[in-house]
Amino acid sequence: MGFDASYTAQKFKSVGSRPVRPDGVDKVTGRARFGADFNMPGQLVGRILRSPHAHAKIKKIDTSRAEKLKGVKAVITAADLPDLTDGNAEMYDILDNCMARGKALYDGHAVAAVAAVDAQVARKALKLIKVDYKVLPHVTDVDEAVKPKAPLLHKDMFTGGVDPKPTKPSNIANRSQYGHGDIEKGFEQADVIIERSYKTEQTHQGYIEPHACVASVNADGSGDLWVCTQGHFVYRQHCAELLGLDVSKLRVTSSEIGGGFGGKTHVWAEPVALALSRKAGRPVKLVMTREDVFRASGPTSATSIDVKIGARKDGTITAASATLRYSGGPYSGMWAELGAMTAFACYDLKNVRSVGYEVVVNRPKTAAYRAPSAPMAAFAVESAVDELAHQIGMDPVKFRIKNAAKEGSKSSYGPVYGPIGIGPTLEAVKKHPHMKAPLGKNQGRGMACGFWFNFGGQTCTDLNIGADGTVTLAVGTVDVGGSRASLSLVAAEELGIPYSQVKAVVADTATLGYNDMTDGSRGTFSSSMATISAARNAIEVMKERAARMWEIPVENVIWENGQAKAKGKKYGNLPQLSVKDIAAAAGNTGGPIAGHSEIVADGAGVSFATHICDVEVDPETGATKVLRYTVVQDAGKAVHPTYVEGQYQGGAAQGIGWALNEEYIYGEDGRLQNAGFLDYRIPVCSDLPMIDTQILEIPNPNHPYGIRGVGETSIVPPLAAIANAVSNAVGVRMTHIPMSPPRILAALDGETAD
Amino acid sequence: MVEVTLWASLGAAAGGKEKLDIEARNIRELFRKLAEQHPGLEPYIKQGIAVSIDGVIYRDTWSKELPEDAEVFLLPRIAGG
Repeated sequence: MGFDASYTAQKFKSVGSRPVRPDGVDKVTGRARFGADFNMPGQLVGRILRSPHAHAKIKKIDTSRAEKLKGVKAVITAADLPDLTDGNAEMYDILDNCMARGKALYDGHAVAAVAAVDAQVARKALKLIKVDYKVLPHVTDVDEAVKPKAPLLHKDMFTGGVDPKPTKPSNIANRSQYGHGDIEKGFEQADVIIERSYKTEQTHQGYIEPHACVASVNADGSGDLWVCTQGHFVYRQHCAELLGLDVSKLRVTSSEIGGGFGGKTHVWAEPVALALSRKAGRPVKLVMTREDVFRASGPTSATSIDVKIGARKDGTITAASATLRYSGGPYSGMWAELGAMTAFACYDLKNVRSVGYEVVVNRPKTAAYRAPSAPMAAFAVESAVDELAHQIGMDPVKFRIKNAAKEGSKSSYGPVYGPIGIGPTLEAVKKHPHMKAPLGKNQGRGMACGFWFNFGGQTCTDLNIGADGTVTLAVGTVDVGGSRASLSLVAAEELGIPYSQVKAVVADTATLGYNDMTDGSRGTFSSSMATISAARNAIEVMKERAARMWEIPVENVIWENGQAKAKGKKYGNLPQLSVKDIAAAAGNTGGPIAGHSEIVADGAGVSFATHICDVEVDPETGATKVLRYTVVQDAGKAVHPTYVEGQYQGGAAQGIGWALNEEYIYGEDGRLQNAGFLDYRIPVCSDLPMIDTQILEIPNPNHPYGIRGVGETSIVPPLAAIANAVSNAVGVRMTHIPMSPPRILAALDGETAD
Repeated sequence: MVEVTLWASLGAAAGGKEKLDIEARNIRELFRKLAEQHPGLEPYIKQGIAVSIDGVIYRDTWSKELPEDAEVFLLPRIAGG
């Protein structure tokens, strides 16, 4: 393709401005169409029967009575989803999670499903399905699961990454290790050592929109799926694989999405809806209730982390080590490994080691939650760093600046860093007025750093110039954070035309080439790169057409400020041609004008953020109020600054909920006790102050406009920043997230926090 | 010639070697030679691994060049949210 992605250092006209968000009116008036807002003629209502047991063998499922109920058009079990995964363990786990095969592995695990003419009949039908369970002992706690006598989830699970391979099965799916240097020697050099254990509880991504889809499979093997998803191409691929459909025959359209945060990157209910439709011969609409979402869609890991950090009196860290146990639900994943990779990534360390243990438990299948695994590791490490700075008598920001990773530092996960942004975010925090604001009684301040990888990936865009000269941009990355507006700004910038002339839409899987999903903070980063490439290609075409219109060689045509201009002594007097002029003659000069781009966006670059938080803790109730919160993060180049601020604030808000209140509570019976927003308390507007943001712009050298991904990093520091603030407010080090009122009261009473 | 460092699990699949010297001009050549010399690495390569070149992490684009004396690190494919 010959696309040059290097930074152009140009002055921007459109990028960096704040046009009114184009999706706003639709979203606040209810006109926007989300996953549950689509209907097909003749559609049936789908409902899923879920296991009430945390761990049980499924001896028999009798669906006969349900099938006979009037109005029921299909009943399915795992028997209707044959194993076509051909040895692919990851796909098999996805299949098993869609519908249990032989064993229910968590309270909420799908065991059967029905499609009926209405919800009432569907609910009745579920009650008529008889499942014969043999209840087995269960384990839901990440530390309990690694004990020698813990109930085993999989008899064939032998810890990977251990040499020699263990002979006894366990609940530890994998062991991973990162680091370099000699930590024993490093600790010997330390004057002060902090060694502590920390725990974080499981939380849910908490998207306002529950999973919903409408699936239609026809007898000829073609299918349609309308669904809220972060990646419709990936969904198409996975659904086709699991159901044995031709990928090209399954058309997936992504609806407007009401939040995903990583929870809508994997299929779970969709293959069930497709299988129901296939059996019933009619479309099936499947909408999850909030309870279903909590009980059975991917939450994040619960963790148990041991950290040991040593430093000299002058504040130099001499050694750092961590052992991280992450729960992945009943299936193996790479959550602990990501924790091990990110734990010490902010620091320049000579001696560092992190070991991750991937633990399976009888809880729903863990899914990514916005910079997955990094927030918990950061909580543990940043808490220890804060304590260490305090013991040495050094300011926490100065301590971090002293030890921060920089260009040339060997990262804790291996490669040597190029130019990175942790230093600038720390310097910005040091100077920020928030750090100097006075604190009152029962108030405390905390700050913390965070790191995330960010990535690129396969991306394509189509840029079509309409007959009237306006531009339609078809992209394949689902808009989770305003990317349609940002990409329109980028297209306008590259073409040199006003933003109002560009309209971006998210294409479906039949009308655009493959796109990786919107995760890894890649949406704007990757699609903007493809948009610039497509725009440049369109400009080349328009220059050609202008040359034909003027009947001059194309070498004499340049593109400037959205116009084709003839240059040189011979042709310089010809009047300019606008996009509108060129488009008007398109039919005569060679046909419709477009620019396409199919790339692998790369060079995303790692991302850092530093947060500051002030809290007030009520010593009588243990309730914490967040008084002030500041996010400092590098965006490379903020295309639409309001949306970037929104991402910073959103990550912080989720982190605040996670730090102070949110947790999955399981009973002795292994059942989820709080599967609803009443008892699983996420922050609402009245809980939070306005979250201040400072956008740093250190251009990404690998992107033409210097853009970096921003979506995830802002959830990494909050757990730690708030823990440090609360610890400072109450004078007791908090080591268990969430720091809900009972835990704070227990800490104040001097008991060991539960 | 580039020195390639493998993350721990990958090293285990390469017979316990963490650092390898490979003559390769681009990622595709690197993968080919790695698979030839250490067949245990093939399933990982097939599944997809991330390649860090002088600190910047790339996807497995075959044509991506490996500059002489570059620091090359192989890392697991990272999941995002």
